[in-house]
Amino acid sequence: MGTFSETTVLLVIVAVKIAFVLVFLLTAIAYLTWLERKVIAHIQGRWGPYLVGPHGLLQPLADGIKFIMKEDIVPLEADRITYWLAPFLGFVLAFLSIAVIPFGGSFTFRGLPIQFQITDVNVGLLFIFAVTSLGVYSIALAGWSSNSKYPLFGALRSSAQMISYELSLGLAVVGVVILAGTLSLRGIVDAQSGFWHIGRVNTWLPHWNIFAQPLGFLIYFTSAVAETNRVPFDLPEGETELVAGFHTEYSSMKFAMFFISEYANMVTVSCLATLLFFGGWHGPVFGPVLLQVLLPVFWFGAKVFCFLFFYIWMRGTLPRFRYDQLMSFGWKFLLPLGLLNILLTSFVIAWHEAP
Amino acid sequence: MTVLFYICAALAVLAALNVVLQRTPVYSALSLIVVLCALALVYLLLGAEFMAVIQVVVYGGAIMVLFVLVIMLLNAGKETSRQRSRMARWLGVPLVTAFLAEILIAVWRQFPPGTTSPPPPPDGSPAAIGHLLFQSHVLPFEVTSILILVAVLGAVVLAKKEF
Repeated sequence: MGTFSETTVLLVIVAVKIAFVLVFLLTAIAYLTWLERKVIAHIQGRWGPYLVGPHGLLQPLADGIKFIMKEDIVPLEADRITYWLAPFLGFVLAFLSIAVIPFGGSFTFRGLPIQFQITDVNVGLLFIFAVTSLGVYSIALAGWSSNSKYPLFGALRSSAQMISYELSLGLAVVGVVILAGTLSLRGIVDAQSGFWHIGRVNTWLPHWNIFAQPLGFLIYFTSAVAETNRVPFDLPEGETELVAGFHTEYSSMKFAMFFISEYANMVTVSCLATLLFFGGWHGPVFGPVLLQVLLPVFWFGAKVFCFLFFYIWMRGTLPRFRYDQLMSFGWKFLLPLGLLNILLTSFVIAWHEAP
Repeated sequence: MTVLFYICAALAVLAALNVVLQRTPVYSALSLIVVLCALALVYLLLGAEFMAVIQVVVYGGAIMVLFVLVIMLLNAGKETSRQRSRMARWLGVPLVTAFLAEILIAVWRQFPPGTTSPPPPPDGSPAAIGHLLFQSHVLPFEVTSILILVAVLGAVVLAKKEF
């Protein structure tokens, strides 16, 4: 390693990490679609995809090929530039937020400290919010540029919904930030190591934020489901009234890009829920060095998987909200509840730290 | 770092020009978002990470969304009017010159010729900004909050159709 400068080595490490995360994430998203179809099918007493490969395991591959081979239809009256821009914007933004998500601790390889994270920003949490807040444009532009009425309705609904629920999403995590005293995702996870102690008694309950912030977690997860436009908040693409919402006029790979970014956002939101409330990669670690390095990543993945499964489970269980119910739920219930949670948390902490 | 700065600066200037020269309102609004994001990148290069992210969240993600939505709802087509106001013709160039001169003077005063390196930037961490906002400048901060609250109430009253 002596022949290379330090910057080169760092750049190579970051490039390898980015490539690894991208490949892994795309595969995970492909199999998330398979899992969703399979789980929904079993909930509804069907078999789901069964023909391509054993238990339909090659179905995502077949879907991918089909998406690429299909004809790409652009509506005649569409606004060409924004029609092209919208799916790419959504895709890029959905993958950008993964860059700051830590999915494991750190280890040293030949004297080089390596973190399981592409880059550690000290305002990582805000970075994710910034990137997701830009995601609205993808949907708004898609709906507008199609120059068709159902996509426009879908885009308007979706934008209004995302702007509304972004507020309660932001308020929900303030409690966690107050507890951890940092906006760095790594710092927030580090603050959750160990066990809860009452006085000097060890409760053997992991020191996760969910036990201190149950209200915050409920608000976070509800708003997160609304942010990702999933059931029961999937009005933007309510097929009974809007055909398919903002992506009605999209076909072929551009449609697939909307689909992929929706699933990537689901993964991001689940990762964030794990990091903020469920102790990130913390879990029992034992065995030889290699296992000690890889087990935290496994715990992180397992927790994220639970959330993703929950997403699908909800889709198989809950009916859709009515639009006015959705709006009043966000503004008149979740938002005040989020404010109350911040007040409670800060009062308790001030009381604890008072001399 | 310098290369990145020039890229961001060029992007900001080009996008800003496009905001003015573009005839389709939606493209103008989108270019304005590019300007704001490029400025956020400049903040990031200066080490003000918090400011950079807040810039994107507030301007890029909240205010500009409303701009774009309103433009879409009004379904504004292309600008057609070629008639320019007489005041703009006579005052435009002098005002721009005065503005640029003002900026030049400000920079000149801050860094008189002879200074080689700029002073170290102030601490831009969230904690430092929090201390500034809630301790040193708490009165202006609270006054601004009340002002915004009044504006919100006014907007609600105006938007409400029946009393």
